Amino acid sequence: MAAGVATWLPFARAAAVGWLPLAKKTMPKPPVDKSSRSDEILYVNVSGVRFQTWKNTLDRYPDTLLGSSEKEFFYNEDTQEFFFDRDPEMFRHILNFYRTGKLHYPRHECIQAFDEELAFYGIVPEIIGDCCMEEYRDRKKENQERLAEDTEANEGMDAPLPPDSTSRERLWRAFENPHTSTMALVFYYVTGFFIAVSVIANVVETVPCRPPKGSVNDLPCGEKFGLAFFCMDTACVLIFTFEYLMRLFAAPSRCKFMRSVMSVIDVVAIMPYYIGLVMPENEDVSGAFVTLRVFRVFRIFKFSRHSQGLRILGYTLKSCASELGFLLFSLTMAIIIFATVMFYAEKGTKGSTFTSIPASFWYTIVTMTTLGYGDMVPNTIAGKIFGSICSLSGVLVIALPVPVIVSNFSRIYHQNQRADKMRAQQKVRMARIRMAKKGTTNAFLQYKEDRGIGDGDSTALCVKNKSAFEHQHHHLLHCLEKTTNHEFTDEINYSELCMTESVGFRTSRSTSLSSHQGAQNNSTGCCPRRARRRAAMRLANSTVSVSRGSVQELDTLHFKTTSIPPQTRSSLNAQCVNLKLNCGNPDYTAAIISIPTPPSNTPDESPPLSPVPIPGILRNTRATAYTHDTVKVSSL
Amino acid sequence: MLSLSLLLGVNTPLPHLFSLCKDDSSDSDLELSTVRHQPEGLDQLQAQTKFTRKELQSLYRGFKNECPSGLVDEETFKTIYSQFFPQGDATTYAHFLFNAFDTDRNGSIRFEDFVIGLSVLLRGSITEKLNWAFNLYDINKDGYVTKEEMLAIMQSIYDMMGRYTYPCVRDEAPSEHVDKFFQKMDKNRDGVVTIEEFIETCQKDENIMNSMQLFENVI
Repeated sequence: MAAGVATWLPFARAAAVGWLPLAKKTMPKPPVDKSSRSDEILYVNVSGVRFQTWKNTLDRYPDTLLGSSEKEFFYNEDTQEFFFDRDPEMFRHILNFYRTGKLHYPRHECIQAFDEELAFYGIVPEIIGDCCMEEYRDRKKENQERLAEDTEANEGMDAPLPPDSTSRERLWRAFENPHTSTMALVFYYVTGFFIAVSVIANVVETVPCRPPKGSVNDLPCGEKFGLAFFCMDTACVLIFTFEYLMRLFAAPSRCKFMRSVMSVIDVVAIMPYYIGLVMPENEDVSGAFVTLRVFRVFRIFKFSRHSQGLRILGYTLKSCASELGFLLFSLTMAIIIFATVMFYAEKGTKGSTFTSIPASFWYTIVTMTTLGYGDMVPNTIAGKIFGSICSLSGVLVIALPVPVIVSNFSRIYHQNQRADKMRAQQKVRMARIRMAKKGTTNAFLQYKEDRGIGDGDSTALCVKNKSAFEHQHHHLLHCLEKTTNHEFTDEINYSELCMTESVGFRTSRSTSLSSHQGAQNNSTGCCPRRARRRAAMRLANSTVSVSRGSVQELDTLHFKTTSIPPQTRSSLNAQCVNLKLNCGNPDYTAAIISIPTPPSNTPDESPPLSPVPIPGILRNTRATAYTHDTVKVSSL
Repeated sequence: MLSLSLLLGVNTPLPHLFSLCKDDSSDSDLELSTVRHQPEGLDQLQAQTKFTRKELQSLYRGFKNECPSGLVDEETFKTIYSQFFPQGDATTYAHFLFNAFDTDRNGSIRFEDFVIGLSVLLRGSITEKLNWAFNLYDINKDGYVTKEEMLAIMQSIYDMMGRYTYPCVRDEAPSEHVDKFFQKMDKNRDGVVTIEEFIETCQKDENIMNSMQLFENVI
């Protein structure tokens, strides 16, 4: 109930005295109000800005933070006030809501910040007053659309497929995102080329060519070089049919695919050819067949797969459907009216071209769109007057819906621009995030190095200047290592270890190993490299598909020998080299080493198994940051 | 048609240029809405009512918050009262209530009327409360409660219940209730209930006497 109603409730209850003499039954007992009745001023300190209000004001909305006992958690005994470490500017609006019962949305604030504040104070956004509700809704929708675009861009049509996807899925992906593989790109350009060829052929075959010997009339090129054009047409149609059938095969949902606009265009583009093949050389039917050939021009719409601008235009027109419909409707109305008027105005004139109302339609359209061909001209004075009114109103009617369409197009175009820009900025952002994460890992490894590897004492030795947070974080990571009995390392170290093992330890595979392995891996052996890696990859990539923030698992072997004193990392590598010579050393622990990676980076971390280099954003970053990695891996 | 509308559109701004006096009426509208009422002083109200100073302060703050102009007109009153009875139609009863509070019959309730009425209802003696109730029932304030008046009041009370009740409110229920009431109250069977009959009967009825204490601690 609103604040006002709460104020009037005591009055309404008091007025119930009027029912008492009439009551048929006895009245129930009134509720006992245990709370203190006297009103007091509360002090609320929000990040240093002190607000004061009556307790009753806050009690008006008992299901919010300030109105319930939840605010007791924020009470500071020393200063006798409620302290909130939040934005005081926003709090002003929140408090005004309690005071006036109306929640206003400050237009200059970020919508997400506002939403967070509302969520903190337990206020549902639905009670925003009418004055601000529309603005709030618009901003919220805009924000959500933007976020949706972001997630779409992130999810990334550029991310490589999981390796266990069927060929069908890969095919579909190749069709939808041509830049994911060179084959797809090649196919894309080939189809584009053939569309262009087909359209140009259609155009050129109507151009009059020099007539062959023995004839006077000009012949269209299509008939002169009939065979050549037929062959070209056949080739194009073959390519298009092949493409269509491939798409049909690869589509995840065939029904949906067949209903989509592009597939309809595809079918319409190739149908005339097949119908032409099937149809006999009949005089009557060939007339209809010629009309069918017009549909071949629809091939030009196939370009919309290749051009984003065309798609935007189409999308704009679709979204402006109502405006366009209105335009059409009002034009039709005007045309009919003016045509009627002109017809009757010019009816008497001899030799008038306005022979009927439908004939006048042509004049009206030409005049309203200010074309003015002059093939139909009014002669009477009345006709001229109405003709001038017609042209004036034509300008108006057409000018009205056009700005709406233009603004729609502009909005959609800018959205697309933004999406593209975002994608371009992604790689910079991701690189930065990766650096930060790497910094964290390196700090931890450094900490371990300082402490010495192995089961040393837990007191921190010669630690550098680090914050309490870092200390605790490193201790936590260390606890995790101890729990799983594996150790963290970084990619350089890991790849080095891998290299040394692959060279040395294939031979020692036969020796028995005590492998304390992670739960995921059931294969035994010191370095059944490919199988384990593949398993890890599959795991990694499945986790990628499941949860983007998952931790990547990479394979390596970790050597732990109790007899050897604690060493630095570099000496451990040397250790590896030494150990490979004496395979009798039994203490190998096959480890699965986890490297925390930034979320969208996980596809990056998995060394590319797909044979085709992946062009685009990810490839570039991989090239810049991990060149040595890719080299090493591919050498396996 | 479009051209005609165009011509019309051209026409309308012209009178505005010529008639400058058109704007005055909108100004006077503005003036009316800024009428305000300030209540009498706190001390006077304290003398007139049985509320403490703090209670009066609290009451006024709530009142002023809801009605910044200091006056409650009947429409606002009806809206406020209807919010407490969402299922039924409380406007008729609110109308009677409004008349009961608006003692000087000027069409709006000031803070003084409000607080004096509340004082009677919450802090008054039982006789005063019964007086107030009688005043409520007596629609034309002539000192007698007739059957028609009672029926109107009863109907308005049943209206507040709304349609969805158990058992269903029959159409005869208000008039039956009125008959029962008159049977009890109208001692001399003259078809009207006077204030003396009313108070006398109520004082003899234990239920009524007990329930009068119910709303003491509302504020």
